[in-house]
Amino acid sequence: MRSHAERGNDELAPLPVGRGVGVRAGFTTTLSIFPTIMHNKTLTELSAGLATGQYSSRELTAAFLARIQQHNPQLNAFITVTAETALAQAAAADQRRAQGQAGPLTGIPMAHKDIFCTQGVKTSCGSKMLDNFTAPYDATVVAKLNDAGMVMLGKLNMDEFAMGSSNESSHYGPVKNPWDLNAVPGGSSGGSAAAVAARLAPVATATDTGGSIRQPAAFCGVTGIKPTYGRVSRYGMIAYASSLDQGGVIAQSAEDCALLLNAMAGFDPRDSTCVDQPVPDYTAGLGDDIAGLRIGLPRQWFGEGLSNDVAQAVRAAVGQFEQLGATVVDIDLPHAPYCIPCYYVIAMSEASSNLARFDGARYGHRCENPKDLLDMYMRSRGEGFGAEVQRRILIGTYALSAGYYDAYYLKAQKIRRLIAQDFQQALQQCDVIMGPVAPSTAFDLGSHSGDPVQMYLEDIYTLPLNLAGLPGMSIPVGFGDNQRPVGLQMIAGYWQEGLLLKAAHRYQQNSDWHTKRAC
Amino acid sequence: MSLSAEEVHKIAWLARLAITPDQVDAYARDLSSILGFVEQMNAVDTADVMPMAHPQDLSQRLRPDLVSETDQRELFQSIAPKVEAGLYLVPKVIE
Repeated sequence: MRSHAERGNDELAPLPVGRGVGVRAGFTTTLSIFPTIMHNKTLTELSAGLATGQYSSRELTAAFLARIQQHNPQLNAFITVTAETALAQAAAADQRRAQGQAGPLTGIPMAHKDIFCTQGVKTSCGSKMLDNFTAPYDATVVAKLNDAGMVMLGKLNMDEFAMGSSNESSHYGPVKNPWDLNAVPGGSSGGSAAAVAARLAPVATATDTGGSIRQPAAFCGVTGIKPTYGRVSRYGMIAYASSLDQGGVIAQSAEDCALLLNAMAGFDPRDSTCVDQPVPDYTAGLGDDIAGLRIGLPRQWFGEGLSNDVAQAVRAAVGQFEQLGATVVDIDLPHAPYCIPCYYVIAMSEASSNLARFDGARYGHRCENPKDLLDMYMRSRGEGFGAEVQRRILIGTYALSAGYYDAYYLKAQKIRRLIAQDFQQALQQCDVIMGPVAPSTAFDLGSHSGDPVQMYLEDIYTLPLNLAGLPGMSIPVGFGDNQRPVGLQMIAGYWQEGLLLKAAHRYQQNSDWHTKRAC
Repeated sequence: MSLSAEEVHKIAWLARLAITPDQVDAYARDLSSILGFVEQMNAVDTADVMPMAHPQDLSQRLRPDLVSETDQRELFQSIAPKVEAGLYLVPKVIE
């Protein structure tokens, strides 16, 4: 653990090479070009630096582009780097600032998960199916961040169609965990988490259908928030399981999450599930006291299956919340064991329906020389989708087919209600539920790829939240026995993102795990 | 729960997914394993439980029936595999 602290204090430490920490041979830093070390700064610091003219957005953007160029070949966090448009956006941001029209995010570089449509830019969703797809429009989230004057550095790698927990199902190859190149970064937002952990981007968008923000954030030692279902528009966010998908943020801190969520959240008439409810200023409550906060620890989450090192780090973090004035109560989520089968039946059913749109007719991959329409559908889909996506489409198709609907989809929807009710009851006894994000720290690349069910078990603590539609976070709270990061999961009631961010920020003001850097 | 190769073929056909002969056995094994796993759900008594389709029990929002989008046919067709005279081309359907 000491080695992390040392690196946290070493402003010039580049990425480790190969396994282990502190191996630095073969790298030079890009930082010598720039007088100020920009890539380690939070959004608040970058915003202040831009406002006071310490550096321009162009300089800042160039610094991050150089960092991407240097480290991305090893990490594979980006699918597409949009250097030219980024520099143009940066120049426009500088001009906007000169005209006195800059907001807090104007000129700050960021990167989008490649699930968000970006007009004129390849939007692959990690799939061969969309390898040739240039989005003809912007997702609402993209448009909102463009309006705020942010600069897009590029599009981030992910599990194919967000289906995976390790980022190994991407058509573009796995992302490496910046803390240990033999470890997975988590998934499906593995590129987002790795990019922020390696400071290839100060902040990134991500999406969470069953843990795809929280689990990679935990595995990569960064902070992530999955808002309440309906808080952030899903328009232009390629659908996986529509009743579960929700966009959010991966950042260096809760404060940074709050800043970005301020700009992302809000009603969108183009998404029928986006809720028309005012967006509070999520930065306003940061720094508030959390004395009296009631923390609930689900008994079912601290038993068999949870590794000791993760349990220890999580309990230590809860202890620190107690020192900050919170109280702890044990709670029950009795249907917790059923969340995995329930989730996967629902997610796969919705996926099989959503992914029916990829038929080779209007966009995306079309097979060579189809002999008839059916052949075009079948071969385009067979060639365009990878194995995990095909498995989920097949299971979903089966679960929704005549004679099986009641036994699978309907049964899962009923269990879903029981799981959601468990949370409602638990949240009467506490304000925030805390627990592990994943059963262990980041596992080794390739270690779970042979057995899909084994991979699904990784999601046991993250899935129930999506079934209920509640907001959740992951914040870094230490390191496991293998020196890989541990995340703490925090869950609150509907629309309580502000409470989560406040509590997480309070913790981060009194700890320094979030300031540790992989490189 | 065990799926036969024939059942896998049938599901793949329903899903309009061409799978190669060497994939069939692997899928039969994986899908059987997944279906076996989700059978755990049968242990839960859901007799009087209302199915939950969505996190928010909201009704679908309505809007006035007005044109709100502009015609972007050329832009959308610029990324299509095959178009002609403003139409998407697919293999012949009617003989």
